[in-house]
Amino acid sequence: MMDPDTGFFASKSPAVRDEMESLDLSDATAPSSLPSFLEPPSYADVVLKSTFEPQNAVSTPGSGSYPPRAAASDYLRIVVSDPETVQEAANSLVPGGNTYVTYPITTWVRAAGHGGRSEFCVRRRFRDVVTLAARLAEAYRGYFIPQRPDKSVVDGQVMQKHEFAEQRRWELEKYLRRLAEHPVIGRSDELRVFLQAQGKLPLPAATDVASRMLDGAVRLPKQLFGDAAAGRVAPEDVVQPAKEGRDLLRIFKELKQAVANDWGGVKPLVVEEDREFLERKEKMQVLEQQLCTASQQAEALVKAQQDIGETMGEMGLAFIKLTKFETEEAIFSSQKTLSADAKCVATAAVKASRLYRELNAQTVKHLDTLHEYLGVILAVQIAFSDRTSALLTAQTLMTDLATLHAKVEKLEVASSKIFGGDRSGLRKVEELNEAIRVTEDAKSCALGEYERIKENNRNELERLNREKHDDFLSMLKGFLINQVEYSEKVAIAWAAVVEETCGYARESN
Amino acid sequence: MISPETSPPRSSSQSPRSPPAAPFLSISVTDPVKLGNGVQAYISYRVITRTNLPEFQGPEKIVIRRYSDFVWLHDRLAEKYKGIFIPPLPEKSAVEKFRFSTEFIEMRRQALDIFINRIASHPELKQSEDLRTFLQEDEETMERARSQETGIFKKPADLIQIFKDVQTKVSDVVLGKEKPVEETDPEYEKLKHYIFGLEDHLAETQKQAFRLVKRHRELGQSLSDFGKAMKLLGACEGNSLGKVFSELGAKSELLSIKLQKEAHNLLMNFEEPLKDYVRAVQSIKVTFADRANAFRQHCELAETTKLKEINLDKLNLMRSDKVREAEMEYRELKAESEQATRRFETIVRLMNEEIVRFQEQKTADMGLAFHQFAKGQAKLANDIADAWRSVLPKIEACSVSSPHG
Repeated sequence: MMDPDTGFFASKSPAVRDEMESLDLSDATAPSSLPSFLEPPSYADVVLKSTFEPQNAVSTPGSGSYPPRAAASDYLRIVVSDPETVQEAANSLVPGGNTYVTYPITTWVRAAGHGGRSEFCVRRRFRDVVTLAARLAEAYRGYFIPQRPDKSVVDGQVMQKHEFAEQRRWELEKYLRRLAEHPVIGRSDELRVFLQAQGKLPLPAATDVASRMLDGAVRLPKQLFGDAAAGRVAPEDVVQPAKEGRDLLRIFKELKQAVANDWGGVKPLVVEEDREFLERKEKMQVLEQQLCTASQQAEALVKAQQDIGETMGEMGLAFIKLTKFETEEAIFSSQKTLSADAKCVATAAVKASRLYRELNAQTVKHLDTLHEYLGVILAVQIAFSDRTSALLTAQTLMTDLATLHAKVEKLEVASSKIFGGDRSGLRKVEELNEAIRVTEDAKSCALGEYERIKENNRNELERLNREKHDDFLSMLKGFLINQVEYSEKVAIAWAAVVEETCGYARESN
Repeated sequence: MISPETSPPRSSSQSPRSPPAAPFLSISVTDPVKLGNGVQAYISYRVITRTNLPEFQGPEKIVIRRYSDFVWLHDRLAEKYKGIFIPPLPEKSAVEKFRFSTEFIEMRRQALDIFINRIASHPELKQSEDLRTFLQEDEETMERARSQETGIFKKPADLIQIFKDVQTKVSDVVLGKEKPVEETDPEYEKLKHYIFGLEDHLAETQKQAFRLVKRHRELGQSLSDFGKAMKLLGACEGNSLGKVFSELGAKSELLSIKLQKEAHNLLMNFEEPLKDYVRAVQSIKVTFADRANAFRQHCELAETTKLKEINLDKLNLMRSDKVREAEMEYRELKAESEQATRRFETIVRLMNEEIVRFQEQKTADMGLAFHQFAKGQAKLANDIADAWRSVLPKIEACSVSSPHG
């Protein structure tokens, strides 16, 4: 697991690192402060400076270079502090009680429009984060919603408890900041409530239709047909995506529809747009693949850079020990020369090792963008599937309508053949017409939802392309500038040794 | 010492009135070729000798030699020139698979070349008849000489085992574990302590240098993979940004090649000299053992001679008829004792000269190795900076937040 602060894998030899740190290199110069092009742009105002401290600047892609994104947010700054364990003393049947972890979250907002207050402090547990994510997913279908941290430890390695807590805290902070930066979600009530409401989080844990009724699977037809006893269901509720295990019947129907679509049974709504959409989907998949590979190779590169720096340092140390030994045991003057030469090499090696280490910390920050965009693509895929399922819902309803109309026709034909009218038949037709009206409403709703989601997709895609372009550019620029800067410094360190030892080259020639 | 050539050299390119050429003896070990099949396969080298010395058969001679021939020469010199630090040989590779790799062959060839030239430039060793045999005799004669070896050094494989035994024996003997009879010269003690400590420190630096070579190769590999991934990513992006990715990928692959080159340079010009230094120190330890043995012999014989002398005096007083025999024995023993003493003193004298030469030579060798190392690293770092810097203009060409599909 990468240490987020230094970007390093657990070092094999921390003792060596300490040894190197304590070395007194008489001509060692601390790395100079960053050149001007590595600091935040000069137009960064106070707002930016307070939002993005050096170690927090990595939390969002490109955040260090593009203040407009952060500056547009209502939230100046969000900080998640170290987690605390809380004991739930009341109503605990088990002695010792129920313990869980809470994270203190402090938010600073722009003063205006938040009841005059500018700082909020709340306590949230991870469960609350899951709830927030679920509410956002429902309310903002079609948007590229930043993904929340995972529930369980995904890492293959065994993590220490405090490491796990730190990683979660850091991921949580990143997540909230990304939400705050999103042009739409950053203004949402859900986020505001999460960050500002004191006490327990007042967001419902689940809102799907079925949980408000009795077992939804059986009730669904009545929902659609407006069974008075069961209570009317607003058409908008119908357009919420079917939840597994609850809206079984609906899922089954939509599945039938999907199959019918695929087999060309019912024509999909608008063919041209679908094709364009499918193209975009495919492009997204290709991008994901390449990003995955790139992210892996970036990690391997960082590891290789770290290794070479470490070995260089260890070799430098070995030479220093040799130098000390030679100096102590010197019998001949040639030994003193050799000793001095060895020390020269050792100094440069240790210096180079330190430079490699610093370079690597920077490299990690830049190349992390690749990894972050994998998360973004996940959000995109979810948004795309929102669209697909909305379309499916609309199509299902249209098929239902067609079926209902067909039934009405059949009944009317049959009724007209009966002398003296068919009271029971007429009643049935009335019922069916009522159902048709309800379904029509639902269909309009569903189509409206579909259009809304399509629009969201479109806008978000534009935003994504813009931001991705900028973030990638920033990443590449940062990476390159870092490499150039540190390589030049390493070259200078070795050039000094070349100068010192040039006499030997002349001799051998 | 070789006296300067007084008669004009046979080379026709020199006019009769030009001054006599300085004596030179220059040898190259070149053209490794794999011969034989399967388990019997081995590498043979061309050994080219160029000289104007009268002891040699001509201005140029080319022979074919294999590793075990070099071992033969080394062992003969070690036997005959006790007290001198015989230049070390490269090790016989333990790993079968590695035996014929290009890198191993090149490393060995370089080491053998250095070995033979060091012998050729050593004031004592260059006069050795065994050297001339090695440089001039045909292959059959060479093979006969090798198999005639009656000493315990028969096969290269044995050498390793023998050497290992010697190592332990050396430690025991030199550190005075086996025999109580040892020198008490404080300066010599200091030297011994120094050499043993030096070997440890050098071995550590050599180990790290070898790991550094590996790290260069690994970094090169990861840069190559990274470059490919960047290129593919660039294909996903469009236009100017895609070009940046592409260029970055290309430079990454370029640097990968440079890193592999530097890894090889590091191996041949930095790690090998360090390894050579370690071998040289181990060779010195062998000389310590020789000196200790010579000292022991000198002491023992001196002791025995004294006893014999006392006995002889006793017999003289007693006017025994064994006197003549005893006197003969005494004289023989005394001659042997004096010989042993001379041998010991020769070793001491030679060692004192050798150690100075050794230190000076080593300082020069390591100085050069350090220089090559630093040069390589500086060049690599500059190449890296240049390569990455060249991509920056393409980034400037990309406008910020331009709409891309």
